[in-house]
Amino acid sequence: MNITGLLAWRNLWRHSRRTWLTVGAMVFCNTLLVFLIAIQLGSYRMMIDNTLSAFTGHLQVQHLGYLEEQKMRQTVPEAAALASRLAEEPHVEATAARAVTFALASSEQRSFGIQLTGVQPALETQVSSYPGLVSRGRYLQQGDDAAIVLGSILARNLKVAPGDEVTLLGSGYDGSVAAGVATVVGIIDSGLAEVDRGVAQAPLAWFQQVFALGDRAHSVVLRLDDVNRAPMLVPQIQASLPVGESLVALDWDQLQPGLREAIRSDMVSAWFMYGVLIVLVALSVLNTQLMSVLERTREFGVMLALGLRPQRLGRLVLLETIFLGLIGLLLGVALGALVVLYFDAYGFSYPGMAEAAARFNLPPRIYPQVSLLSLFLGPLTVFLGALLAAVYPALRLLRLQPVAAMRAV
Amino acid sequence: MGAGISRLAWRNLWRNRRRTLIMLAAVAVGVWAMVFMSAMMRGMVDEMVRSGLEQLPGMVQIHQRAYRDDPSVVNSMPSPEGTLQAALAEPPVTAWAARVRVPAMVASARASRGLTLLGVDPAAERALGSVPPTISEGRFLEDEHDRGVVLGQRLVERLESDLGKRVVIMSQDPQNDVADRGVRVVGIYKARLPGDEERFAYAGRAALQELLQVPGQVSEVAVMATDYRRPQALVEHLARAAGPQLEVLPWTELDPFLSSMLDLQDGFSLVFMVVVFLALSFGLVNTLAMAVFERIREIGLMQALGMRPGLILRQVLLESLYLLLLGLAVGNGAAWLTIKPLESGIELSSVARGMEMFAMGATLYPALYWRDMVLATVVVLGLGVLASLIPAWRAARLDPIRALNSH
Repeated sequence: MNITGLLAWRNLWRHSRRTWLTVGAMVFCNTLLVFLIAIQLGSYRMMIDNTLSAFTGHLQVQHLGYLEEQKMRQTVPEAAALASRLAEEPHVEATAARAVTFALASSEQRSFGIQLTGVQPALETQVSSYPGLVSRGRYLQQGDDAAIVLGSILARNLKVAPGDEVTLLGSGYDGSVAAGVATVVGIIDSGLAEVDRGVAQAPLAWFQQVFALGDRAHSVVLRLDDVNRAPMLVPQIQASLPVGESLVALDWDQLQPGLREAIRSDMVSAWFMYGVLIVLVALSVLNTQLMSVLERTREFGVMLALGLRPQRLGRLVLLETIFLGLIGLLLGVALGALVVLYFDAYGFSYPGMAEAAARFNLPPRIYPQVSLLSLFLGPLTVFLGALLAAVYPALRLLRLQPVAAMRAV
Repeated sequence: MGAGISRLAWRNLWRNRRRTLIMLAAVAVGVWAMVFMSAMMRGMVDEMVRSGLEQLPGMVQIHQRAYRDDPSVVNSMPSPEGTLQAALAEPPVTAWAARVRVPAMVASARASRGLTLLGVDPAAERALGSVPPTISEGRFLEDEHDRGVVLGQRLVERLESDLGKRVVIMSQDPQNDVADRGVRVVGIYKARLPGDEERFAYAGRAALQELLQVPGQVSEVAVMATDYRRPQALVEHLARAAGPQLEVLPWTELDPFLSSMLDLQDGFSLVFMVVVFLALSFGLVNTLAMAVFERIREIGLMQALGMRPGLILRQVLLESLYLLLLGLAVGNGAAWLTIKPLESGIELSSVARGMEMFAMGATLYPALYWRDMVLATVVVLGLGVLASLIPAWRAARLDPIRALNSH
């Protein structure tokens, strides 16, 4: 360690209580930031995963305009063939074709207007979370014909159980009246009211036959190896689509625009809070360093008189702050990591959170994201804030006059 | 003596002007953030509750007992009469509406959609505040015998229908037969949350009762009262009047999400304030400790001259108290000044679809509550004095001889 470094280190411990209190402020703030950021990033990831696996998948191919208008006639031709072709593309893990329409579902006792989705049973299992959420009966299987699975609330409202029949009445692709009878084979219980009240799925082949769709469907859903790759993959998928059919590839951000906006607005309020904490720590550092500079005015005067250049004094103070900040950073990250690892093992929850969480497709327990980013983002910002705060005390030294300084009380 | 001490404490505070100002800034920023953040959160939750109550609608609802489990026309109730009607005419009830609410299909020549069809009495709904905020084309229903329907803007687009065109509504009558009728679209509305435009359609109550063959029967009675935070007394009063056949529930049970948000927010405000204060407390203790440290000899001298330790303790605490009070005044003042101009609403349309996930419109109205300013003040003063006890205690316990001899 060179002489300036040694001097800075020793200066730091001339008032050890003051130094520890300043470090304490940093450690408190850093630990808190590590915990909050890890929980925040963890919940965003879970929110994205849960929403996409329940609803849209990572990427979809649709007819141009279908996203806004959702008309029966805006279809993807030869959908099943396209789905199996797209499954061969790099980074694509699974694909499935879906068709959607609205129909009046009637059981013996009740009728409800529902959104019916035609799915490829074997493939749907790979792109969606629904097949894993069947609580009674079973999910659709390859070879099923007139079968249907329903959300638990919808089934309760219709007063049906597995084995009962449901009549579906809607309009077909050609505008004619379409009607079919399907047997309930399973009930989906996701715990999310929106899903349990709304979901109704039948095999695509039967759906196409009842609603006179031929080989058409409304979307091909893709699951990728990494959700973050979706925007980059859009051009590649788009290029592999048949020309002249007005098909478009859309990533999850376009399919679920609310999701990213909800995350963005949540981030604004979170960073407001972090910003306040960081400013408070920076003010605390400013106070400490300014005091430590002021009380050493005579000492600095002597050093200047002995021929030390003022820049070197400024460096000394900055170095002191760097040491101070590093201790705070290391202790804060270490403590924060312990907290995060604890919640990584046991999950984080507080009373009343479950109802609010379900609204955002979140489970009642949140698991923090453990990554370099979540561990260091907050503490590094605090470190930079502390350095910035030390600039003013350091600059004061540059203007110091040796004679006047030595006379100072 | 008391006045002397407070004067001494005040002067001591300004002996190191720069340090005091920095600490003052820290306290002020902290207090400002506490109050500002609380006002934003209040605004957000108030807005959620407001739109939640509009959508339910009402602070209290009355149903037939089986209705919530099985929202079918079979489980409808007679329109309020007798004692229930009398109870609904008394304060704190400000408005009430009896409505038919059934699942239905709406079909145009091109497409069909499932939704919730509301059979309403327009005058009662208006009093309740649950009519759509904007009629973009045509008109709202004229009375409960109106045979037209009012559909949402997005639904009309999806159905490729238009004002004046006919659509078919299909629902189920109590015999489980499909009741359907062609009706004219007399109005198109815009909702605050665009998703609602596809979820709800409005028809005349008597016209719908006739179609479903349930004359005089309704699905729910929605009741609005003066204070949404305390629906329980009203619930008990109405339950007595309604009798055992009917279920009377407050919004807190009808929509547990809303009430849990309200509870979460109260807890969150307090946690946020304490956390900000803790970040502040290190600097506060540090500042006071430094001030005491610089004055060791002086304190020793005062003790040698006969000043009792209690007075020294009080003097340091007073110094801290002055600092905190000044910081609170500046912080609260700054919060008031920054929030007042924002109370007319902050435009969030760039994240409107995200806000809809929170069940909120695209404008946030911050709400500055006295309660939050008082809470922030109590937290800062209470915990601040507590934290100052450490350096004050140390100062009071100094040994005069040693203190006088320190460098």
